[in-house]
Amino acid sequence: MWVYEKKLQYPVRVSKCDPTMAKYLLEQYGGADGELAAALRYLNQRYTIPDKVIGVLNDIGTEEFAHLEMIATMVYKLTKDATVEQLECAGLGAHYAAHDKALFYNNASGVPFTAAYIQAKGDPLADLYEDIAAEEKARATYQWLIDMTDDVDLQDSLKFLREREIVHATRFREAVEIIKDDRTQKRIF
Amino acid sequence: MSENLNPEHVSPANMKPETQKGAAIDQRYYELLEKIQVVDFALVELNLYLDTHPDDLKSVEQYNRLAQERIPLVRQFQELYGPLMNFGHAYSRFPFEWPQAPWPWQV
Amino acid sequence: MVNVNNQVRVYKPFIGPFDPCPPMLYRTYVIPPNQYITFQPLDWPQFSLQEALTRGTLWPNLYSPYSPNRSVQEGEA
Repeated sequence: MWVYEKKLQYPVRVSKCDPTMAKYLLEQYGGADGELAAALRYLNQRYTIPDKVIGVLNDIGTEEFAHLEMIATMVYKLTKDATVEQLECAGLGAHYAAHDKALFYNNASGVPFTAAYIQAKGDPLADLYEDIAAEEKARATYQWLIDMTDDVDLQDSLKFLREREIVHATRFREAVEIIKDDRTQKRIF
Repeated sequence: MSENLNPEHVSPANMKPETQKGAAIDQRYYELLEKIQVVDFALVELNLYLDTHPDDLKSVEQYNRLAQERIPLVRQFQELYGPLMNFGHAYSRFPFEWPQAPWPWQV
Repeated sequence: MVNVNNQVRVYKPFIGPFDPCPPMLYRTYVIPPNQYITFQPLDWPQFSLQEALTRGTLWPNLYSPYSPNRSVQEGEA
């Protein structure tokens, strides 16, 4: 089971009223390479992978939910006090029509989340390579999001999330080495 | 949305700001929270590392040491601002403190 | 001004004779340090715990800086 901790993994500060940025951030909320997709992808792959790498999938999958909460916090803060007119100007008119200010699992273009974004082949190598690719794509998305805001506080939280993608990719690459080579001796290259 | 509320029934004058509910959030809240975030982040990072390096004794020791260090930090925070975890992983005063604001995305 | 660190790679896009916009002379992309690490060795140096949180990793060898490409067209040096 999971237990909730009443804190964010990393502080999220938003210093600029910018609902347009909230719209773009939704790419990492309900987008193909977003945090929801990541969490669901890894946690689902856990069941059909060698025991030696289950821990990596389990723990990175869990951390992704903390990242999803950080993105949600950004979107929440950026839209919380926005007027309907501001939301319309930000391109969130269609979102408002369907959801008011509720967050929804869709991408920056408003396309709803689908399980078709994620894969589970049951082949350890294929699944881990998908995971590595997902981390690199999420890293790239964070770069473009950092490019799109001049709020240094928001950039700071996004840079944290971008770096996590790099660490996760490192662990998945190590997981590939572990399933390639079942020796338990030290692997020091 | 607040601008659509009938001002005869609800006016800003008789509405308490939400920040007045629950434990008061002060500068110390953020400082203590960040101390926990610092240690917990290192624990996450070491945990992922140890998932692929289970035989690294020094890192296991560092992990256990940090797990010890987080205990007093969490205790201090919870005494002032209420439980950090639900489902019995933290004690509660009366009335039940867990559902009280603020939630992480609100602060 | 372009962010220059040893993780940034540069390439020159082809400039076509009928391109409608002023050409970008070059574009950049990032190769993070993990691309050169097959398996993290033991005993890597660590950031202080405070710095680890702000950087998003405990290990300097995995740290990848990123400066926003903003208000500057790529290719305008």
